[in-house]
Amino acid sequence: MVAEVERPQQAGWLESAIEGDRLILRAGGVWVIAAVAELDQLMGEQESISVASVQIDMSDVSRLDTSGAMLFYRAATAFEARGAKVDYVGVSDVHQPLMRLVVEAEREPHDVELPPVNTFVLMVERVGRAVFDALGEGAALLNFFGMTIVKLLQAFANPRRLRFGSLVHQIEQTGLNAIPIVALLSFLIGVVLAYQGADQLRQFGAEIFTVDLLAISVLREIGVLLTAIMVAGRSGSAFTAQIGTMKVNEEVDAMQTLGLDPVEVLVLPRVNALMITLPLLAFIADLSGLLGGAAMSIFSLDLSVVQFLRQLEGAVSLKNLLVGLVKAPVFAFLIAMVGCYEGLRVSGSAESVGRMTTQSVVEAIFLVIVADAVFSIVFAVLGI
Amino acid sequence: MTEDIVIRVAGLRTQFGSQVVHEGLDLEVRRGEVLGVVGGSGTGKSVLLRTILGLIRPSAERIEVLGADALTMSDEAREAMTIRCGVLFQDGALFSSLTVAENIEVPLREHLRLSQPLMNELAAMKIGMVGLPRDAGTKLPSELSGGMRKRAGLARALALDPEILILDEPTAGLDPIGAAAFDMLIRDLQQSLGLSVFMVTHDLDTLIAICDRIAVLVDKKVHVATLEEHLNDPHPWIQSYFRGPRARAAFDVGKEAAPA
Repeated sequence: MVAEVERPQQAGWLESAIEGDRLILRAGGVWVIAAVAELDQLMGEQESISVASVQIDMSDVSRLDTSGAMLFYRAATAFEARGAKVDYVGVSDVHQPLMRLVVEAEREPHDVELPPVNTFVLMVERVGRAVFDALGEGAALLNFFGMTIVKLLQAFANPRRLRFGSLVHQIEQTGLNAIPIVALLSFLIGVVLAYQGADQLRQFGAEIFTVDLLAISVLREIGVLLTAIMVAGRSGSAFTAQIGTMKVNEEVDAMQTLGLDPVEVLVLPRVNALMITLPLLAFIADLSGLLGGAAMSIFSLDLSVVQFLRQLEGAVSLKNLLVGLVKAPVFAFLIAMVGCYEGLRVSGSAESVGRMTTQSVVEAIFLVIVADAVFSIVFAVLGI
Repeated sequence: MTEDIVIRVAGLRTQFGSQVVHEGLDLEVRRGEVLGVVGGSGTGKSVLLRTILGLIRPSAERIEVLGADALTMSDEAREAMTIRCGVLFQDGALFSSLTVAENIEVPLREHLRLSQPLMNELAAMKIGMVGLPRDAGTKLPSELSGGMRKRAGLARALALDPEILILDEPTAGLDPIGAAAFDMLIRDLQQSLGLSVFMVTHDLDTLIAICDRIAVLVDKKVHVATLEEHLNDPHPWIQSYFRGPRARAAFDVGKEAAPA
């Protein structure tokens, strides 16, 4: 429900008369913002008249505010621009300061009209700008990677700088607290995979290979990838929001003036924590994914637990598990890096925290999937 | 005389948990005056301001804004009231995703049906009126300095030509020159627009320069008086406030500037 501004009882009016080459405008009534749309029209109709001189008679104006005063001033300027002489009569003492205020406010010339832009040029310009922004972003991110790695190595030389208290806290936040959701979702994905696999493979009479499909896809890819994506959404975004809020409150600047290195205090514990917890979470995801698949296969394929385990043993080796888990620290590094980097890029307002958080999640998931593709190619070339 | 009281608070009591902030507080703001509100930390200056705006629901016998009872009014009446009160929050509280001109247009867009060119003109005028350069209109709040943000916030508060202007620490965080300029701006606008101003401030220079009356929040109540009367008030807090070293310095400067 939008409340309208109270309508004045006595609306503003404008009368015009032409005496020779002289235009006489008589205004009266209430000239306030509530009626400004109508008054703007009344005034606009008069502004285009070309005469040698104009008299604006305001003696009947009962109420005036800045919007009304602006309309008079605008009309006067329009007449003056065409060489007409304008004089006001009957401006009451009450309205005098108001008129002066508006004249002063409008002293500076109005914005020049922007020349119309070619939409095609605009589009090209935007694309170009976006490309350069993306490249710049990539370079800056790479720079930040390098800096963090250097600081990390320095910190290993002096273990006190690894900040164990903070590290343990981050491990709890990003690892322990994430176990339920990671386990649950992997379990469900295992169920879905087994169900869909069994459905398709039954057509070939090869239902038993559902177990192979499940085990290899969960261990090699899905367990770790799903965990990484969930952690990017859960912890990567939290990193950006936490650091970004500190940035807005100038806490990061305060830290620097106190001789603390923000990268060492804020970034390293988060990166280290995630590199420790993500492989562990991925392992839990592998287990619960297999568990979900096992539950489904045992129900829908009428396998016994022993048969399932025997088939599983034949399908996978330790190598499959390790191929999956070896990716986890890399994903963790990417997610933590992007999360912290975007957090430190927050500047100015609280709105920027939200924007950077979104960007951090999108970038982290993008990089994780790109890294996964690179791993697949490398493993294929190496024949693993 | 009721016509001339724009804000009336009677028997206000505010309590957070077991902490009583206001107890039996009475306050009146007269039409066309500048009322400064001062008080130590935690005496509820901002709470009082938010209470008058209806952002906090207090227990009071009566709060009247422009003759309407703010405690029992309907939602529509409340909106009509907010249109007639312009508020400047401490750091401007501009919407960070909108440009300055768009910020000023928000109340126009919400409460009136105006064409875009007319709204642009009105916004440009308000920007000029508060002494911002014209190109400030296209800038985002984050691109402005603190002083410019306050001016932009003032322009938005004045967008609908309100009758009451409510200011929360208008000069806090400004340099002395900027603060003095802002004081003068408020005084000028107040006089030419005939505004009633309710202002929470700690700036002694502001109090001396532009306030007609000063409300001091002590002992959960408010003492309203002119500056001279406050100087003779025996209450220890008021004495130390208006007779402290900073106050003396401000008076000396104030007297030099205006020997009247």
